Amino acid sequence: MTRILTALGLLAGLTLASTPALAAGEARPPRDGHFSFAHIFGTFDRAAAQRGFQVYKEVCAACHSMRLLSFRNLLEIGLSEQQVRAIAASVEVTDGPNEEGQMFQRPGRLSDRFPSPFPNEQAARAANNGAYPPDLSVIIKARHNGANYVYSLLTGYQDPPPGVQLGDGMHYNPYFPGGQIAMASVLNEGQVEFADGTPATVDQMARDVVTFLAWAAEPETEQRRRMGIRVMIFLAVAGVLAYGVKRRVWAELKTKPA
Amino acid sequence: MAIGLHKSEIKNPVLRWVDERLPIFTMLHKEYGTFPTPRNFNYFWNFGALAMINLLIMIATGVFLAMHYTPHTAYAFDSVERIMRDVNYGWLIRYVHMNGASMFFIVVYIHIFRGLYYGSYKAPRELLWMLGVVIFLLMMATAFMGYVLPWGQMSFWGATVITNLFSAFPIIGDDIVTLLWGGFSVDNPTLNRFFSLHYLLPFVIVGVVFLHVAALHVTGSNNPLGIEPKGPQDTIPFHPYYTIKDTVGIVVYLMVFAFLVFFMPNYLGHPDNYIPANPLSTPAHIVPEWYFLPFYAILRAVPDKLGGVVLMFGSILIWFFLPWLDTSKVRSMRFRPIARVALLLWVIAFFVLMYCGSKPAEQPYVLISQIATAYYFAYFLVILPALGKLEKPLPLPESISRAVLGEKALGGGPLPASAAAMPMEKA
Ligand code: HEC
Ligand code: HEM
Repeated sequence: MTRILTALGLLAGLTLASTPALAAGEARPPRDGHFSFAHIFGTFDRAAAQRGFQVYKEVCAACHSMRLLSFRNLLEIGLSEQQVRAIAASVEVTDGPNEEGQMFQRPGRLSDRFPSPFPNEQAARAANNGAYPPDLSVIIKARHNGANYVYSLLTGYQDPPPGVQLGDGMHYNPYFPGGQIAMASVLNEGQVEFADGTPATVDQMARDVVTFLAWAAEPETEQRRRMGIRVMIFLAVAGVLAYGVKRRVWAELKTKPA
Repeated sequence: MAIGLHKSEIKNPVLRWVDERLPIFTMLHKEYGTFPTPRNFNYFWNFGALAMINLLIMIATGVFLAMHYTPHTAYAFDSVERIMRDVNYGWLIRYVHMNGASMFFIVVYIHIFRGLYYGSYKAPRELLWMLGVVIFLLMMATAFMGYVLPWGQMSFWGATVITNLFSAFPIIGDDIVTLLWGGFSVDNPTLNRFFSLHYLLPFVIVGVVFLHVAALHVTGSNNPLGIEPKGPQDTIPFHPYYTIKDTVGIVVYLMVFAFLVFFMPNYLGHPDNYIPANPLSTPAHIVPEWYFLPFYAILRAVPDKLGGVVLMFGSILIWFFLPWLDTSKVRSMRFRPIARVALLLWVIAFFVLMYCGSKPAEQPYVLISQIATAYYFAYFLVILPALGKLEKPLPLPESISRAVLGEKALGGGPLPASAAAMPMEKA
């Protein structure tokens, strides 16, 4: 009896392991990118974030939307208003209806959202072999250890180890759960030309785009941490005072009953 | 005095005018000023005040969130992100509310543990304790529905899993689920009713908290010795002694709270909830918020669905019966050498369940959950009832003031005869 049960259990285990469990299987823990914003008092490297925006715009934006961001937000990573206006004006935005009831095209403004590469999820899937490139606005918050994970993902493409059968249009990446990802390795040496002369290595582009994405996911980070330090100092002082007063008030009780 | 003005002792003429017609200031003075309170509280007695403040923080931040939040499946996720990005200090309000829920449960769990350790649930405070259990159940419902509002993946799938549990009940189960959903799956009507109830329930909690405190002011507080005050030498006025002691606790609590909000606001959350809800894609592991994990583990420890649901709800409902399950007359675990160990093991079982609840429902976690669940219930159903008969408690101190001040207490005037006559009083 026990043997039958064991055999059945093994069988069930094997079936489970061979199908969905593999798809959701273990992933390699991400490498630490040592980002400037990682520790709790850290800030975003502005130059890296600006380069990262360029990488997003020239590479990732072909497939991934960032629908929660507006052009005006780019002022926060240190681009000048002139630069941001020019970036916004370079896209055509559908507006309307006008007085005749017609929709019309106009150049983008600071208040416009980033344009999405596809009109809807179906179109995105159709263009990507059935896979859906997720919106990147909050991707760093939406993954465990997000910044290091995306950095590792972008730089972690490898040839599949022997014995791994890749699905149609899939690519091997040990950092992605299950190891098979529908996104090809998209970063290639020298793919973008940085205005500040930084060499566009794969590692550099990945770091920069992750810095940009981390800022985009939590643009309040620096303000939050600055305020946090002030609040903690205030509370520490208040705590010492309160404790001192408490000792004072209670001191008399120690000797005489109330 | 049947009719006429209340005899007020307030000096300020305006306050006095009000007080003569509606004696709220006299009441506040009596309940929070001179209220005689045992002189030997330790810092565990801060947590009731902390819970009260936490509730007010949740309501204050919640009202502001609700001004900008949109309860519609197509807009909820984006409206929460809009609060974070475009509303002035919206990120602060939202992070305080989000981490405030966790702080609330930390505070209330410690508050409950205080009650368990010092026997605060025993006569004459049974009803006070039971009102506390009601508050805890309402908090769970409120937090569960609040977590659905941002409409991320865990919002949606958590709601699906938990509402589905009700289908385990025979005959009426499916109707309950349809009623909760407002349709045939978790969808827009579910989100709408959860928002409505999430706004309502905190005010119901305020009402029950009022009753909880009213009941407390009838029986008075318990204390770490678990013996009743026997006279004025055992108590001190609430103000200034406990107002200042609570202030110390509040500052420490705010420091923990602020550290979470400002430096690790998403640490206690699940990253999947920043993925917009998608009914077509099930997350690899569906896990509830950390404060529900022990109960989630109990649910999954039972192979049978109905059995799991019954045990899960039973694990909290059993608290209602605790005042009668614990048959010992001694309140404080300080004087109960065996029960004290049994309670500490129960706390360990609670944490073990919390850990197992965060793991997938596979071995060895299921077996560990089963053992911990068995102990969880055995503590209430077997150990406490039996220990009341079998355990020999340590001798209780004569009085609170004797225990606190030692011989000096005698200098403060003679003890009331009744107290002196009963040095071994237990109740
Ligand atoms: C040719 C289209 C294409 C481009 C260009 C592209 N991606 Fe992707 N990306 C995809 C697709 C398709 C997926 C979905 C993969 C899957 O689910 O298997 C994806 C998934 C992702 C994910 C999510 C992985 C996860 O954990 O689910 C991240 C992060 C990501 N891409 C980042 C980027 C970044 C950063 C860039 C620019 C450097 C970029 N992608 C450029 C198509 C693209
Ligand atoms: C007992 C007190 C309360 C508890 C325990 C509680 C708990 C929660 C939780 C856990 C969330 C999800 C947070 C997240 O992950 O984003 C939430 C969201 C929300 N709550 Fe509350 N809440 C309470 C009181 C209130 C009150 C009184 C209101 C309104 C007056 C309110 C309005 C909201 C709104 C609008 C959201 C959605 C926005 C968001 O997700 O941040 N809450 N609540």
